[in-house]
Amino acid sequence: MTKKDIIRPYGDTSGDGKMQISFSLPVPADAFGKEAARLLLKQIGFDDIEICGMRDLREGYTHFIAYVVTSAAVDASRIKVKVVETPVMGMEATDEYIRENIGHEITVVGACIESDAHTVGIDAIMNMKGYNHRYGLERYQYFNAINLGAQVPCEDLLQRARAEKADVILVSQVVTQKNIHIKNLTKLIELAEAEQLRDKMLFICGGPRISHELAIELGYDAGFGTGSYATDVASYIAITLAGKIVKG
Amino acid sequence: MLKLEIDPGLKQRARSAAAKIAGSFNWLFDEYSSLTIERTVLRFLGIDGALKDGKPLPNVVVDHLHAKQALANGTAIPVAKAMLSGNLTAQSVAEAVGRGDLDLTNLPSVPPQEIFEVLDGLSAKMLKHIRTQRETREQLFQRFGPRRVPAIYVIVATGNIYEDVVQAKAAAAEGADIIAVIRSTAQSLLDYVPYGATTVGFGGTYATQENFRIMRAALDEVSEDQQRYISLTNYASGLCMPEIAAMGAMERLDLMLNDAMYGILFRDINPKRTLLDQYFSRMINACAGIEIQTGEDNYLTTSDAVEKAYTVTASQLLNEQFALLSGVKPEKMGLGHAYEIDPELESSFSYELAHALLTRELFPDSPVKYMPPTKFASGNIFKTHLMDAMFNFTGQLTHQGVQLLGMMTEAIHTPHLADRSLAIENAQYIFKAVKDLDASLSLAPDSFVNTRANSVLREAVEFLERVAEEGLFTAMARGEFADIKRPENGGKGLDGVFRKGADYFNPFLDKMKQELGL
Repeated sequence: MTKKDIIRPYGDTSGDGKMQISFSLPVPADAFGKEAARLLLKQIGFDDIEICGMRDLREGYTHFIAYVVTSAAVDASRIKVKVVETPVMGMEATDEYIRENIGHEITVVGACIESDAHTVGIDAIMNMKGYNHRYGLERYQYFNAINLGAQVPCEDLLQRARAEKADVILVSQVVTQKNIHIKNLTKLIELAEAEQLRDKMLFICGGPRISHELAIELGYDAGFGTGSYATDVASYIAITLAGKIVKG
Repeated sequence: MLKLEIDPGLKQRARSAAAKIAGSFNWLFDEYSSLTIERTVLRFLGIDGALKDGKPLPNVVVDHLHAKQALANGTAIPVAKAMLSGNLTAQSVAEAVGRGDLDLTNLPSVPPQEIFEVLDGLSAKMLKHIRTQRETREQLFQRFGPRRVPAIYVIVATGNIYEDVVQAKAAAAEGADIIAVIRSTAQSLLDYVPYGATTVGFGGTYATQENFRIMRAALDEVSEDQQRYISLTNYASGLCMPEIAAMGAMERLDLMLNDAMYGILFRDINPKRTLLDQYFSRMINACAGIEIQTGEDNYLTTSDAVEKAYTVTASQLLNEQFALLSGVKPEKMGLGHAYEIDPELESSFSYELAHALLTRELFPDSPVKYMPPTKFASGNIFKTHLMDAMFNFTGQLTHQGVQLLGMMTEAIHTPHLADRSLAIENAQYIFKAVKDLDASLSLAPDSFVNTRANSVLREAVEFLERVAEEGLFTAMARGEFADIKRPENGGKGLDGVFRKGADYFNPFLDKMKQELGL
């Protein structure tokens, strides 16, 4: 299939439009509930609705599993995505790149901000041991990595970044509910703008619910989602900062 | 019979090193108290409620005394004195302090005899209430039968206690034995316990006494419906460890996450504050018959499960020794471990079997708490569901005490109703399928599983002996635990630790020690 094609879901036959759906409704697990589920799927616009699973969740709720057909299709030529486009280098290559193109240590101040107490993301990127055989920024010769840990107020993060003359602020948001991560990230950027720090450093965020596109939309320079490693972040920082020096 | 062959000499060395480490803190336990310990005393004396701005009255009274540098002898005596001189209840004393109408450092003198009588009466009454709650639980278990092994433990975490109730009832009806109400993520670092029922939280619901009461009442109702006692658990951890234990004791929670070192390592709470607070909080749990659970899973969420397996064993041994010092019996020690192995590793299951059996072998009387895969849970819910099945298989095969069910949507969101239901279905299917399989199996003496378990224990022993040599605080400061450096005088909450004065008095501490034979 080339990118010029119209894209439709694939079950076992090209263009069959088959999709797998699962959801819960506040209805009993009976014929009435099943019909409610079917009507909901119909209203969304699905055809050939087959509710293959119905599980009583108790307390008046029921879980439905369904296969449906959609007539919707996506025109591949109209797809535009924002992704981090810098190439990814290993640790030694990144250090070498920084030595040649920047010539001094890069200071990164990182934290889980506000309500978030889960440091697993920021630790995976910043701490010496890293994650899944990729060392963290602390291990890099040309990174001065300062990890402030969990539940750091935005004000404290910015103050520390200013004191350290940081080149980069790295923020992690792991546990989120009712979009608290967006509120937290927005707060940080607004404060940074108010304190005239926004343009003095790179602002990068990461976490399972973060995409590069969301990060750009919130006013950050880059965002890293699930599956990102220290190598991704380090390469992006090195290449972007080097680019700024050249443009500078 | 599936059983390890562990070198008995190693077991002996492990326990004696851990006992040496835990036994070196009498200076701290005997000579110091903390702000939250004093607030616990006030709660036990019957002080509850909050000012209009939300500041809880126990904090108001303790801060009042602290500000006047009058806390060294504890809060019990000044409050009793004020009760006697104004003919007030403890609650009205606190309210008067809150209004600014009463100065606890400027009270007419009262014969000490009368003060001790008042405190003796109030503490006897509260301890009787806690005992009654414990007996009620025991009677309910007798009536409905014991908890299944492994018990099915699930979390609810909507942020709204009333919404939590719906989810908890549904989970109980599906087969859950234990309901945990996960706390709002910011709560561990709050130096106060919020007051009243709450409907907004992030990643969880605030632990408040009213929320405890609401959930306990709902679960009592479900227990009747299901003819099965449904247990409730929360988190006696963070900066208010003993206060939350006290609230749990009063409201009949059945289990409490209560780790001796978790706060130090993973929340950067001061080491002295944490050890001191855990000492008293575990005593409360012991008196209330609450099963404590420890958080060893945290050692593996960022470190490798194979390389750092010994840190789990070492922490279990330390948690056991600290718990014994607080009067917790082995059958109430839910020591923790976790299935956090890399699914890409060849023979990952054999490693996990060795680790799970080692925990059961070392702590045969403990309702060990087994934690599910989280580190390698990705957005691929189907794969995660499969890993959870392997985890459930190990749990039943090795008869873990409590199986904290994995959720297929781990790493995506706090569990939806259907996620939890699918997790329970997964566990029930596997528990039933391999119910007594272990009785038909045995391990070859020189098998990988036996060798691996012995080598993990050996590493733990060597580690603990090193720590016993240099001292726990020195080892922590050097980053020996979880690769995190925690200096003795660093971290949050140190300013809330104070040296007891010559006339310090905490009626509950003394009576509980007596009751527990310490």
